[in-house]
Amino acid sequence: MIRQATWCAPLLVALLLSSCTGRDSDETLLVMAAASLTDAFGEIGVAFEAANPDIEVRLNLAGSGALREQIVQGAPADVFASASAQTVQALVSAGLALSPTDFASNELRIAVPTGNPGGVVGIEDLANSELLIGLCGAQVPCGQFARQALEQAGIDASVDTNEGDVRALLGKIEAGELDAGIVYASDIAASDDVDEILLPPTFGVAITYPITILSESPNPDAAGAFVAFVLSVEGQAILHAYGFDPS
Amino acid sequence: MTRRKIRQRAPWPLLVLGSLGAAVFVLPLIGLATRTPWSRLRELVMSDVVVDALKLSLMTSVLAAAISLLLGVPLAWLLARVEFPGRRIVRAIVTLPMVLPPVVGGAALLFALGRRGVIGEPINDATGFLLPFSVWGVVVANVFVAMPFLVVTVEGALRNVDGRHEAAAATLGASRLTVFRRITLPMIAPSVRAGLVLAWARALGEFGATVTFAGNLQGRTQTLPLAVFVALEQDRDTAVAISLVLVAVSLAVLLLLRDRWWSNGADL
Repeated sequence: MIRQATWCAPLLVALLLSSCTGRDSDETLLVMAAASLTDAFGEIGVAFEAANPDIEVRLNLAGSGALREQIVQGAPADVFASASAQTVQALVSAGLALSPTDFASNELRIAVPTGNPGGVVGIEDLANSELLIGLCGAQVPCGQFARQALEQAGIDASVDTNEGDVRALLGKIEAGELDAGIVYASDIAASDDVDEILLPPTFGVAITYPITILSESPNPDAAGAFVAFVLSVEGQAILHAYGFDPS
Repeated sequence: MTRRKIRQRAPWPLLVLGSLGAAVFVLPLIGLATRTPWSRLRELVMSDVVVDALKLSLMTSVLAAAISLLLGVPLAWLLARVEFPGRRIVRAIVTLPMVLPPVVGGAALLFALGRRGVIGEPINDATGFLLPFSVWGVVVANVFVAMPFLVVTVEGALRNVDGRHEAAAATLGASRLTVFRRITLPMIAPSVRAGLVLAWARALGEFGATVTFAGNLQGRTQTLPLAVFVALEQDRDTAVAISLVLVAVSLAVLLLLRDRWWSNGADL
């Protein structure tokens, strides 16, 4: 009997877990979203599920470059929300995505740890080799935009680390390990542990977020409903609450 | 050393399962080879990014293995030979990095040795020295994940050493340190070498703790695994080329050392 019970226990746990996550859903929607959308899409996913009880949303959050690579390698995803038009365009050209719609826009800011221990006042401080400066890697949109802004400002930044995605960079600024880094306005809005320094509007880089249904989507109807929800008044209000502007 | 070769047919279940086991390791290598842009390989491998990463990887992994040797052998000896309260807990903690996701280890290192860390902050205040985002940060992250392999290997060997030789040396008047140096160490030498190779190999492939603790900057903290990670999102040909360099270096060292060191009686 005891032997049976020990065999049963893991089974029981597995059953319980599957019944929890399953929640009578008949469709599971896999949404690939840029790391900067982590919080906003978390809430959009919950709201979408509330409005569509028969669809379960799974989020896969990573740098847009990594997501594109996963899609190219055949990840069974339905929707792709990217932080870069270029990334999506590459998928469209390859026949892997339908034509995208812009659903939000964002701005760049310099983030510093609360209290600004490095005494950063503007973009020119990013050239100070005494400070610890982080950027996103050039392989992800936030890194490409940051480099555009630095180039426009004529600043040769003294970079100490190129992080894999914007959330990794933000985490190191929040922890006080870095003195400053260039992130999105929405990331700063989502964090309690960083202060922001505005970049002069002349160095503004236009950042729009496109969303698209993937050609190989196993659930194209549900994918369409999700995209429509993101573009709806409710979806746009959630994005706005997380520091995104309308596109 | 002469070894008698006994030719015998392998029982088929072992043959089938063992071959499947080998396939787990061989198939990914074949996959890598099929994706390799052989014609551009030379040009890709000679690029600045790859050369910088290779130098850094070799330097930091060798340094990490050396530090693991210096600190790990005494630690293994303490764990194997000295009864102290909480020894089991210390042993568990020492082997924890073998189980823990390296990213967790990197974050923990940051909380301890980072600029705002428990120890990192006073050190930085006093000396201005900072581990994260430096070459030494890479070495520390490597030591953290690699040393357990050496400690576990050496401790196992120490427990199996026949205590009579050490006892005899002690009765002849050798001090405890002399016994360790002249008797114990030579007896466990094969295991120490095996542990050293394992630690080096683990350090060479280290990714998660390094990127979390030391960051990612070409020429300073971007080791080969980090370079692969970045290149995978940018240019797959480069990523494959770097992976191939990593495979070649690892395989060369493992084959070379296996013949020279492991053939005569290391218990691995």
